[in-house]
This record gives sequence, structure tokens and C-alpha cells, in this order.
Amino acid sequence: VDDSLPPADPPADPPGEAPDQAAVPADAGPAVPPPAPGARSLSRRTVLVALAGSAAAAAGAGWVLLPDRRRASTASPDRGSGSATASLGGSSSAPLRPGEGIVVLLTLYGGNDGLNTVVPAGDPAYLQGRGALAYQAADVLPLGEGLGLNPSLTGLKALWDDHRLAVVRGVGYPNPNRSHFRSMDIWQSAVPDRPVITGWLGRWLDTQPHDPMRAIAVGGSVPLALVGATTSAAAVNVGPLTLPGGAPLAAAYSKLVAASASDSPLARLVATSGSDLVIVEHTLGQVLAATPEATAAGGTSLEVGQAATSSVAPASPTTTAKGAATKPAAANALAGQLDLVARAILGGATTRVYATSLGGFDTHANEKATQARQLALLDEALTSFLGRLGTDPRGAGVVVVVHSEFGRRVAANASGGTDHGTAGPVFVAGPSVRGGFYGAEPSLTDLDAGDLKFTTDFRSVYATVLAHVLGADPAAILGGRFAPLGFV
Amino acid sequence: MGDPAGPDVRSDIAHLGRRLGFGLRPSELDALAPGGYEAAVEDLLAVSGPDAADANPAPAFSVPRVAGTSVEARQAAEADRRRQSVELVTWWLRRMVATSLPLVEKMVLLWHGHFATSIQKVREPLYMYDQNQILRSSGLGRFTDLTMAVAKDPAMLVWLDSNSNVKGHPNENFARELMELFTLGIGNYSEDDVKEAARCFTGWGLDRASDSFVFRPRQHDDGAKTLLGRTGDLSGEDAITLVTGLAASARFVVGRLWSHLAYPVATTDPVVDDLVGAYGHGDVAALVKAIALHPRFRSADARNGLVKQPIEWMIGSLRALGLPADTRAGADLRSLGQTPFEPPSVGGWPQNAYWLSTASALARLRSATRLAGLADLSALTSTAEADRPAAVARLLGVDAWSAATASALSDAAANPKALVALALVSAEYVVN
Repeated sequence: VDDSLPPADPPADPPGEAPDQAAVPADAGPAVPPPAPGARSLSRRTVLVALAGSAAAAAGAGWVLLPDRRRASTASPDRGSGSATASLGGSSSAPLRPGEGIVVLLTLYGGNDGLNTVVPAGDPAYLQGRGALAYQAADVLPLGEGLGLNPSLTGLKALWDDHRLAVVRGVGYPNPNRSHFRSMDIWQSAVPDRPVITGWLGRWLDTQPHDPMRAIAVGGSVPLALVGATTSAAAVNVGPLTLPGGAPLAAAYSKLVAASASDSPLARLVATSGSDLVIVEHTLGQVLAATPEATAAGGTSLEVGQAATSSVAPASPTTTAKGAATKPAAANALAGQLDLVARAILGGATTRVYATSLGGFDTHANEKATQARQLALLDEALTSFLGRLGTDPRGAGVVVVVHSEFGRRVAANASGGTDHGTAGPVFVAGPSVRGGFYGAEPSLTDLDAGDLKFTTDFRSVYATVLAHVLGADPAAILGGRFAPLGFV
Repeated sequence: MGDPAGPDVRSDIAHLGRRLGFGLRPSELDALAPGGYEAAVEDLLAVSGPDAADANPAPAFSVPRVAGTSVEARQAAEADRRRQSVELVTWWLRRMVATSLPLVEKMVLLWHGHFATSIQKVREPLYMYDQNQILRSSGLGRFTDLTMAVAKDPAMLVWLDSNSNVKGHPNENFARELMELFTLGIGNYSEDDVKEAARCFTGWGLDRASDSFVFRPRQHDDGAKTLLGRTGDLSGEDAITLVTGLAASARFVVGRLWSHLAYPVATTDPVVDDLVGAYGHGDVAALVKAIALHPRFRSADARNGLVKQPIEWMIGSLRALGLPADTRAGADLRSLGQTPFEPPSVGGWPQNAYWLSTASALARLRSATRLAGLADLSALTSTAEADRPAAVARLLGVDAWSAATASALSDAAANPKALVALALVSAEYVVN
């Protein structure tokens, strides 16, 4: 396999550091130290890379953000004014064709326990390793081949029976890293052996004309997966999208964020995010106005703020400030995110990539109830999302990819939980998905220091999505050829 | 630099005030400028006196005790927690607005993001309050002492599962994050070190009757462990002393503080070499002083090197506009993505570009509009329109507007509230 960096991605090794294990500190240190002043003339691109590098490393949690965006030559000439972006679906993109591929990335933060998700309940090594944490064969929802879904995943079981759920088994990468932050960066960058500052879908975005509607991260920030070298996704919170202060303030704001490019890189990002906001607010606002209000459990008033939580999020109501305190917070935040995505798709948005997430999977203690609850949220949100798309042609090309940064140790700890592990299953679902198993189930006896050996390279999943959902050349984006899996 | 009270020094001190606090009000800058930069550093570092924020004492936080097992009793306890949680957030925000020792509160915020602990899992406002007080009382002391106190405090015992870490099958959660995120950084320890450190911490626990640390000897693994090259029956305390005493830890902490007070760097950056001596064996106050006095602290890289985190943006804005922190400030911070006591993960809040998404831009504009609407802007209203952008710059501690920003602000000068709202979301105010 050719692991060389994709062409869109400049070299990003920190000087003097060995690859992989000695890689980026998840603290405040950048993957790429900003170039020393005067060391070389700073091209715009160099500045962008340095900037994004510091952001990537500082981000830690896999939530990174936004390099500055190069204005693509094909972008609408009125970019930034927001005044002539009224055509439905965006300023520079034609409406999607019926059935055109749309990726919905669904990231489970914290390290979901794959063995208690797609459960080898018939395997004695599983029962022995997990003890009280094990699900018995009679508890799980049988998929065949000795595997069953976690009892919480009743909706996914129905999708499986309908041949619309692909279960990719044993997905991982060489030399697994057990840090949440480094491993999530690896998953999102698709470069396992050294830190880079772009994501796999971000590098696809780099190949497209700039349009802030092309990729949308639902939430307050953009995950590394959707950050490119020259462009990246917009971030949209669930909730009202209108600018405050009415037309006069909006006009003044548009002028303010159309600032000159002579400012510092971060200052230019302030301007870019603002001008993109003006376009997204206008364009997506129209799209959402064309679709009915949410009916899903999440409602529309949720702000997505704790998506990346590394630790268990209890079911107790969140401690919002006055006004929200009386509202039960049992709402399913993921359902709220996916509701926004469904409305955008059904409203005819030109967006090709969406990112959503659910946290709370870092189950070092008291895992069974916690994971069951989180998986139930996933199940409810995902099945209601696909149900909402139904047979509408605008949703026919939707492919949802569900993954986490790692699975967990085969043997349970004494806290009723499991510690950080390695490979895990990936779910792929959608109207056009060919259901069934892909990849081999990892052995529970042939382990690497107590952890599963991966059987399926995660880049095979991405290669399949890039080629068959986005119509792109995976080798250029992944820096090598990885066998596609055939689930779409 | 010329005249110690000249415009360069004034600008430097304003920068210092933003980084070692939440920005200086015009009157505060006027008072510090004549003494020069180094005297201003000393002034901000003099934190032994009383704090004006003490005039607003903390509410009495307590763990709700559930009488019986009824659903009603549990719901009542949960409602009590929610009420206390809102009070907790508002209390700290008010404290940051009112403080006369801004460096102390700035360090509390910095360490909160470093030892990032969330009430989402800890649940008890009392535990989060107690941790916050540790960060306040020890945040400028010895790093080993700070780490030890945080590690043994109920919030952390719950957050990273030390409370359930027992011998035989230890729980690695705290041991891993202690080394990866709190003291050493990735690459400075092995997976075996994680497993061995977890053994050191077996037996640590939280006594729910007294809401305090307890050591349970029978659950402690007293066998020999080998951690980072040292072998013995190491205790949890030994492990913390060991890891925080390593040279790699010094570089890690120095890099971390520089990254949050100046601009993001890797631990391999030469500026770290310059500063490890001042840090010595973990003297945080000496490190902060050395950072403030380092030439690169006042460089263009530093001036343009940090985006205000939402809490910094909010507190600085409230202080500049003379507004108190109300409960809406907490709600605004939730929309802005930085609710106090709820970091997104144990990795804390990312920096810089993380706060510059389209969603952040919208939340910031909304909050700015609200704050401008609440502020008493009569002084601005009585200023000639042409002079108002400059007056707002002075109010917010901005050196000067770029030509593009000045033009946009001039267009809005007839409406002081719009003018202030736009200034609060301008690149010059957000990035500095």
C-alpha cells in the first residue's frame, strides 16, 4: 500500500519527531509549528497549513477547525455580500440529481465497545473475557455467523433484515493508538502513521469548487474529517438560523466580514466564517423553510454542545441556564442533528456531505447500562432518519457511515467497564446500501496485548464511499489504493 | 520602546492585560501605563491581596441527600442539582467579571481546560465547586501540588473513575489521561506505563459520606510496579510525584501555558527551552512571569496568535461594558460552545480556529447584539459620530481598527448599539 500523503496535503511531520507513537501531543502543541518569521516567504497556502496545524493539534478532541478558504474561481462573484444568493441550493452548485450520493458521517465519540455492539455472544472467549459485562446469546438480536446486535439496536436489526444495513467487521488500522484524541484524528484524517491537518472528506472538498453549502457539520464546530487544506465545511447548530438585528445589522455585518485579506490568518478566518455564515444562513434558511418542522425526538431547539464528550453523559437533564432548566433534557440530541440533515436533504440542499455525532461511549465503568442507553439513542435517531427519507428520490443516494475512534479491551476491568482497545465494527446504512457482513470477525484468542487485531483497513470503507457515493478517485484522496468493499 | 508611557507601552500593557486577565478597562490601563511594562507585569502577578470578587460570596453548595428511593425524592434531588448548577455557573462568571485579581481567575479557567472535568458525569455541583476552588488556591503554586490536589478531589475521582479502580483488573482511565493530557503528553510514556500507573492508583476512592478522598488499602495493588523506568511498590502519590518531576513534564507544562497565554506551540519549540529554567521544579507563578517577560510574548505572532475563547470574550465584554453576569450569560456561553464546568471532553476546549466556524460566528453575533442592547452607551451617544469607532476601540481595549473594519463601523456609527455589536464580533476584538 502506498501510504504517501495525498497530493492535496502538504508534508506535515513535526520536525525531529518519530512518526506515529511520538506524534502530535494532544495538548496545545501544533502538528506543524508555525513557520518561523522570516524563515521563508509565506505563501498563502503555507500560512493556511501552519494555521490549521496549530488548530489540529490544539484541538485534541478531534474537533478541529477551518483553515482559511480559497475562493474558488467558480464561486459566485457576489460571495460575501449575501445579497444575490437566492437561488435554491446555493450560490455555485446545481441542484443534486435524484439519487446522487450524499454522505452522512455519524461519529461515536469516546470509543464505542464494538464487542458489545456486534456481539460474539456464542464465543466462550467473549463470555470469559467479559464476565458480568457479557451479553448472552439469548439476549442479542441474531445476525448469523455467531453474532448478534446489542439488544438496544432493534431498529438496526430491522434494517439488517431488510438488507439495508452493512456491518463491516474488525475495522482498524496498523499500530493502533489508544489515545482518544490521536486515534480519532487518525480515523478522521485517514492517515494512520503521522499527523496531518486535513481530513479525508476535507481533501475531497478541496477538489470541488468552493461552496459553503457543499459540506455541513451539524454542531458548533467542524470535525477534522471535514477540514481540507483550502476549504472546509460550514458548521450549523440545530436551532434558528436567522441573523439577529434585522436587515440593517445584517447588511453592516456583511460589510464587516468582507474584510481585506491583509489581516492575520486568524483574522481572515473571522472574516471567512462570517461571510460563509451569510451565505449559509440565506441558502439553508430557504431550504429548511421548504420542509416541515421537526417531529423527531430531538426537536429543533437543541444546541449541540456536548457531542464530543469523552466520558459518560448521564441521562440526567443537562444543566442549562434559566429557561431551559424546566425542560426535560431526555431529548435525543443526535435525533435533532439528523432531523436537520433530513430536512436539508428533503428540501433540496446541494450538500453532499454531512457530519453528525454522539458522545458518551467512554465506558471505563458501569458500561452495560450506559452503552445500552447510548446505543438506543443511536438506534432511535438513525432509524427515524432513514424512515423520514423513505422513498423520496432526494434521499435515495444517502449513505450513513457510523464509526468510533476505537473499540475496547476484550477483558473487562473490575469497574464493570472496559478500557481503550483497538478494532471495531462500522455500520453503513441507507436506501441504496447492500446489507450484510463485510470483512472478517477478529479472533478473540489471537490477540495483540489483549486487544483485537484488525481485519479490515478503515481506508477500505472510505475508498468505497469516495468512489461509489461521491464519485471521486479514492487513491488521490487516501494516498493509496484500498480494496473497495461493495456495500454500495 | 521609548517613552515608558508612550503608545507602544500602552499597547503592550493592554495585550498583557488581555492575556493575563480578561482585558483592562480604560481606567485600569490609564493607571498602569505610566509605570511601564515590567511594573505592570508585577502588578498583575501580585495576587496575595483581597479580591473584590469576594464581596459576592459563593452560594452554599451541597450534595442533595435522597430520602428514600421514591421517584419523587430522586426528582427533587435532581431539580436541586439543576438549580445549584445554574448558580454555580453564574457565581463563577460573576466572579470573573468582578475580580480585582484577574490573573487568578484566568489561571482557574486555564487549569479548568487543562484538568478538564465535566459536571455531565460528575453530576454534583459541590464537587465541581470544590475543584474550582482548588484551581483558584493552587493555580499559581507548585504544579505537583496542584496535580495531586486535583487528582484526589471528588470531581476527578468520579470523572476518571479512580473511585472504582481496584486491584486485579485496574481501571486505566485516570492513569492514561494523567500522563497523556495532564502531565507528560503523548509520546512520553508507553502502553505498559499506562497499565502500571493504573495499578499505582488502585484503592483510591471517594467516600460519599464525607464527600472526600479515601484510600482503601485492601483494594490497593501493593506489588512491585515499573513506571517510567522506576520500580517499587509505588503508590498513587508516588506516581504523580514521579511523572510531574520528569523533564518531559516540564516541557509539556511550559508548552501548554505558553500556548494558552501567547500562541500555540509544540513542546519542541525553542521558546520552551527558554522557559523551562524559570519553571524549575514546577513553579507556575515564576513560569507565568517569565512568559510575560519573554520577548516573543509581545511579538506580532503573539498579538495575532489567539482567538478569545467564548468565556474570555464574554467576560471581557461584560467588564468593558460595565454589565453584570446574568443567567443569560450562561445560556449565551452554551450557544457559543463553552459552558463552564462542561468541557466537551477530558481533552478540554480546543483553541483558535475551533472558535471560528460559521456556527460560532452566528452565536457570537447574537450574543454581541444582546450585550450591546443591555449596555449603557450614553457616553458613546454623546460622542460625535465620526469619533465613535475610536471611542469603542478605547472602550474594548483595541489598539486600532483596520481600514476595512473602520469603514464598516463608520457606516453603523449612527446607531451606537449596532456599532458596539459589530465591534464585539470584529476580527480586531475576537483575535487578540
